[in-house]
Amino acid sequence: MKKKELLKGLWSQHPIYRQLLGMCPTLAVTTTAINGIAMGLAVIFVLFFSEFVVASIKRIVPHQVRIAVYTVIIATFVTIVDIFLKAQFPQISKNLGPYVPLIIVNCIILGRCEAFASKNKLSNSLLDALGMGVGFCWGLFVLGSIRELLGAGEILGQRLLPLNFDPLVVMILPAGAFLVLGFLVALMNQVERWKI
Amino acid sequence: MENLILIFISTILINNVVLTYFLGICPFLGVSGKMESALGMGMAVTFVMTLATSISWLIYYLVLERFGLTFLEYVVFILIIASLVQIVEMFIKKYSKNLYQSLGIYLPLITSNCAILGVALFMIVKEYSFLESVVFGFSGGLGFSLVLMVMAGIREELDFADIPETFKGAPLTLITAGILALIFMGFSGLGGG
Repeated sequence: MKKKELLKGLWSQHPIYRQLLGMCPTLAVTTTAINGIAMGLAVIFVLFFSEFVVASIKRIVPHQVRIAVYTVIIATFVTIVDIFLKAQFPQISKNLGPYVPLIIVNCIILGRCEAFASKNKLSNSLLDALGMGVGFCWGLFVLGSIRELLGAGEILGQRLLPLNFDPLVVMILPAGAFLVLGFLVALMNQVERWKI
Repeated sequence: MENLILIFISTILINNVVLTYFLGICPFLGVSGKMESALGMGMAVTFVMTLATSISWLIYYLVLERFGLTFLEYVVFILIIASLVQIVEMFIKKYSKNLYQSLGIYLPLITSNCAILGVALFMIVKEYSFLESVVFGFSGGLGFSLVLMVMAGIREELDFADIPETFKGAPLTLITAGILALIFMGFSGLGGG
């Protein structure tokens, strides 16, 4: 077990801000912080179990059909998450809509299965999944918080800005998602440049 | 008929797959650097998306729903798309060398393109009829191609601009996409929402 496998997903190889993976859910569901967290948790679950299965069966899957096999494994876990959310948290399931099934084609999951779990030990794969999943989750939370704060003056439903603040509705609309993410990625670049 | 035209226009301009539903962002960021590759990718996506929505619709309503297997929706759809891409690739490789050379490298990328699966899922959510779904798939692909090409045009010009080091690459592309999304919001009056 290596600590660096866990930590790399949190900052140095952050899935959203560094590798620009999994853009659809990142942009689509982060209208509020709570939606961001819900999507993040769903991705952690799917990523963890997919990497677990892929790392366990890597020796018996023929090379030519591996992508198809991985996709079916991922789709199975996504179906579990979807049914669970529908039964237990109908409101969140409604907010996220078709973006829950779209986790299947989220490039983070297939990407980590192919690039990491299919080549590494089971224990390291699980750490990698946790690190990447938690990294993805905080990335969504930050993006969702900024958009919710500027677009509605709240974070997690808590009023933070004074009531006479005029919400920038555009932040909740699609255009705001692109703009905020663009500036966040630029900020990350700048932080890296200061380090040098 | 009126209904179909409304779906056609609104899917391209108002509810654009890239700018409103955020589908297919990865190729949008990756392939939109050059006009030529944007055109190739757009054509390949339009082609596969039209086929994928038609076949998914038939299988969903004629097989899955009839036998109460709708929980298999996601697994079935992703398999349809993956095998469709494979078949299309083999088919054009055999029958059209020219088409294969221009589309060939984009086809494998399409399986993991969320736009295709996304459009198939939205078609079920919106409860479209078969004909509506075909139009929806086709215009979804056209909308994707349109935005990809507009973006490629802008990025080719941006290559000559003097940009702060921090914003080079992805941040600038994302901000440009944001401004493009703002512009496309202007179309929302067209179809009455």
